Amino acid sequence: MKKKMRKFKIYRYDPEKDSKPYYREYSVETHEGMTLLDAIIHISENMDPSLSVRYSCRMSVCGSCGMSVNDSLKLACKTQLETLHGDVLKIEPLPSMKVIKDLVVDMEPFLDNLKKVKPYLITHTPDPAKERLQSVYDRELIDSSVDCILCGCCTTSCPVFWTDKGYLGPAAITKAFRFLYDSRDEGYEDRLHVLGGVGGVDKCHHAYRCVEACPKNINTTYAIDMVKKLILTGKRDTE
Amino acid sequence: MNKFDVIIIGGGLAGLRAGIELSGNAKVAMLTKVYPMRSHSSAAEGGVNAALGNRGDNKEDNVYTHTYDTVKGSDYLADQDAAEILCKEGIDRVYEMEHWGVPFSRTEEGKIAQRPFGGGSYARACYASDKTGHALLETMYERSLKENLFVFNEYMVLKLVVKDGYVHGVVALSLRTGEVEGFIAKTIIIATGGLGRIYSFTTNAHINTGFGNAIAYWAGVTLKDSEFIQFHPTGLPTTGILITEGVRGEGGILKNRLGERFMEKYVSMKPPELAPRDIVARSMMIEINEGRGFPDMGGYLHLDVTHLDPEIVKKRLSQIRELTISFMGIDPLKKPIPVRPVQHYSMGGIGTDIDGATNIKGIYAAGEAACVSVHGANRLGANSLLETLVFGRRAGVAALNYVRNERFNPSESYVNSAVVEIKSKIKGLFNKKNGGTESTKIMHELQQTMDKYVGIFRNQIGLERGIEIIADLKKRFEKVGVSSKGTTYNLELIRVLELEGMLDIAEVIAKGALARTETRGAHFRTDHKERDDTNWLKHTIAEYTPDGPRFSYQPVLIGKYKPQKRVY
Ligand SMILES: Cc1cc2nc3c(=O)[nH]c(=O)nc-3n(C[C@H](O)[C@H](O)[C@H](O)COP(=O)(O)OP(=O)(O)OC[C@H]3O[C@@H](n4cnc5c(N)ncnc54)[C@H](O)[C@@H]3O)c2cc1C
Repeated sequence: MKKKMRKFKIYRYDPEKDSKPYYREYSVETHEGMTLLDAIIHISENMDPSLSVRYSCRMSVCGSCGMSVNDSLKLACKTQLETLHGDVLKIEPLPSMKVIKDLVVDMEPFLDNLKKVKPYLITHTPDPAKERLQSVYDRELIDSSVDCILCGCCTTSCPVFWTDKGYLGPAAITKAFRFLYDSRDEGYEDRLHVLGGVGGVDKCHHAYRCVEACPKNINTTYAIDMVKKLILTGKRDTE
Repeated sequence: MNKFDVIIIGGGLAGLRAGIELSGNAKVAMLTKVYPMRSHSSAAEGGVNAALGNRGDNKEDNVYTHTYDTVKGSDYLADQDAAEILCKEGIDRVYEMEHWGVPFSRTEEGKIAQRPFGGGSYARACYASDKTGHALLETMYERSLKENLFVFNEYMVLKLVVKDGYVHGVVALSLRTGEVEGFIAKTIIIATGGLGRIYSFTTNAHINTGFGNAIAYWAGVTLKDSEFIQFHPTGLPTTGILITEGVRGEGGILKNRLGERFMEKYVSMKPPELAPRDIVARSMMIEINEGRGFPDMGGYLHLDVTHLDPEIVKKRLSQIRELTISFMGIDPLKKPIPVRPVQHYSMGGIGTDIDGATNIKGIYAAGEAACVSVHGANRLGANSLLETLVFGRRAGVAALNYVRNERFNPSESYVNSAVVEIKSKIKGLFNKKNGGTESTKIMHELQQTMDKYVGIFRNQIGLERGIEIIADLKKRFEKVGVSSKGTTYNLELIRVLELEGMLDIAEVIAKGALARTETRGAHFRTDHKERDDTNWLKHTIAEYTPDGPRFSYQPVLIGKYKPQKRVY
């Protein structure tokens, strides 16, 4: 296995003792197939146990380890070190969020936005005895949007969200899309005022940074546009 | 102090399902060490079993064939009343999840799509592509938001307060503030998931340390059948990341280095790759050990889907493709996937009855942390998600009954003194010298030991050696401290606290395995190769004592299906 020393410059901030954030550099022997998360765990276990970071599944599905790497947002576990360039890798928490400690940010505002769009199937007709039928075609309409892992990479990459925390952000709107375009859902009226309101879809300026940031390759801007269209026309565009 | 009727520990599928049952009906709160949607239920891939009969070729399927498959798969160690409940109520639970919004894949008729899974007589694993766990957990979390389930996020429970045979509450650490807090409750539901990280090579998330089982065990809750650990046939050899059985369900073939479809040598069923996991995993290890595997990366075999319609792989196995490309640099459309058997699941756990009740009044358990037992000595794929739904709900219902009918009042002063005790324990850890890397060294040695001696093939000499090493590690642990003194997100502190539990649970697994001098399901003894119903058709019960587990045994509930030789 090819080995190589690499430097990681990690954002550190402990509100209990630091008046302001600083960076600390660690040199790690890396090998082929090693992910950024592997390197961070190595640092935390063997070099500096005071480093705080969230991680869990290490297979890009739990959404815990979103962070900024050389200024772009990624899941640490899904990032092979070989794909990262530069002598020193700069590792920082998700931008524009309150830092609780080191790489751990406060996710509450992000989740509060999610809750605003009523992120659950809304139905008014009674449940049938068996499943609600849904065609293969209708199911495919929401395909990639159901893959969202709520990691926050899209929303915290959005320049609008950086300056305006009142904006729902791409993750919450993509979640809304996932339900609004689900043929089983009957919650259009319930969600309309939030999505069409001040913090809603109109805020999107098509910077496309969210699309770039999404580790699950969800076309979040498309989802936002589709919700916009739905609000304008009052009907789902399922073509 | 916080006071609730019910505290649920764990925000995975089982905990959330219990919580949804209780929310609005009782004063309930969930404590979970990660946000609910970060739980490892999200990683489940292949499907959730239910005999829905949604395909042309599975119309004959029903609750009884599913129950029979489950019992046979369990090598007759499952309790048959529990297995039948799983299969019967499972159908309602899967429809319920659909009604709540799970984006299941669909048949041409618009019904929930199903695929074959190991050990099943029919295609009955209901799936959402190969992201079924994520789809279920996301939906369950969303439903819990709708039901306003009250959650303390990032709270790790460190102790169950039990006195005079009753539970009085819990003590938890807020990871965010470092505060140790007491919670009074007369009912607790433990839904803390798996313990894979006791092993080194595992499909499980880093958070799956089995700590929920440890705090229960320390509090006098008995553990059942802990020696039965499932090894999944197909993990990526470098990381242990799971490649779902659904790949074989869709037609994937296992091959050795000589290109042979070797499973044909081990079973006569068709396709041979869909034999139950214990059998496939063992056969694969025989191939590797006898030199017919590929030698590097610790030894591996091939799982081939290159002959399948690429559209099937892209649509139904999209995550597998994503994972194999990201973590191995291999596109399964073009080249076979390298795979090796890997620790995956704990059949055993906190012993419960069919309503989740344990031996301590007021304590319930559900999900992978629990052992009802529906999986016995070997779980069938896609039965575990089902278990979280069925028994998560049942534990919720039973807890509600207990809240309503049991007049007992939990004691605040007991909880208070437990808080004091835990605070001084943590202070003690901060004062000890041996902080820093010693705890992670012990953890890694423990994991290696479990892989080596308490793995797929077990025997007396190896198990005794493993037990000896665990005892040494426990001694070393007594000196371990915590060098980082911070209160917020102190990972070192969390690691050290959990390590203590991992060591004790490992000991229960290894000692239970040594005691069980037979081969049954996933517990394969090279020195006792036959199943021994005369002496061992019984559940292992482990009770905590300061000198290690005290074992006793309980009968298995046999119903319609009398134990037979298990052939596939
Ligand atoms: C990769 C993978 C794929 C799988 N695929 C399938 C499949 O296709 N079909 C199938 O049927 N099964 C599958 N399984 C098994 C199944 O996913 C799990 O058994 C099941 O999801 C466990 O659910 P749970 O609710 O019991 O636990 P989890 O979902 O693991 O949740 C445990 C919860 O407990 C919390 N917790 C733990 N300890 C504490 C503590 N001390 N204090 C507070 N909170 C705590 C955690 O925060 C977490 O929220 C798979 C398993 C893996 C690993």
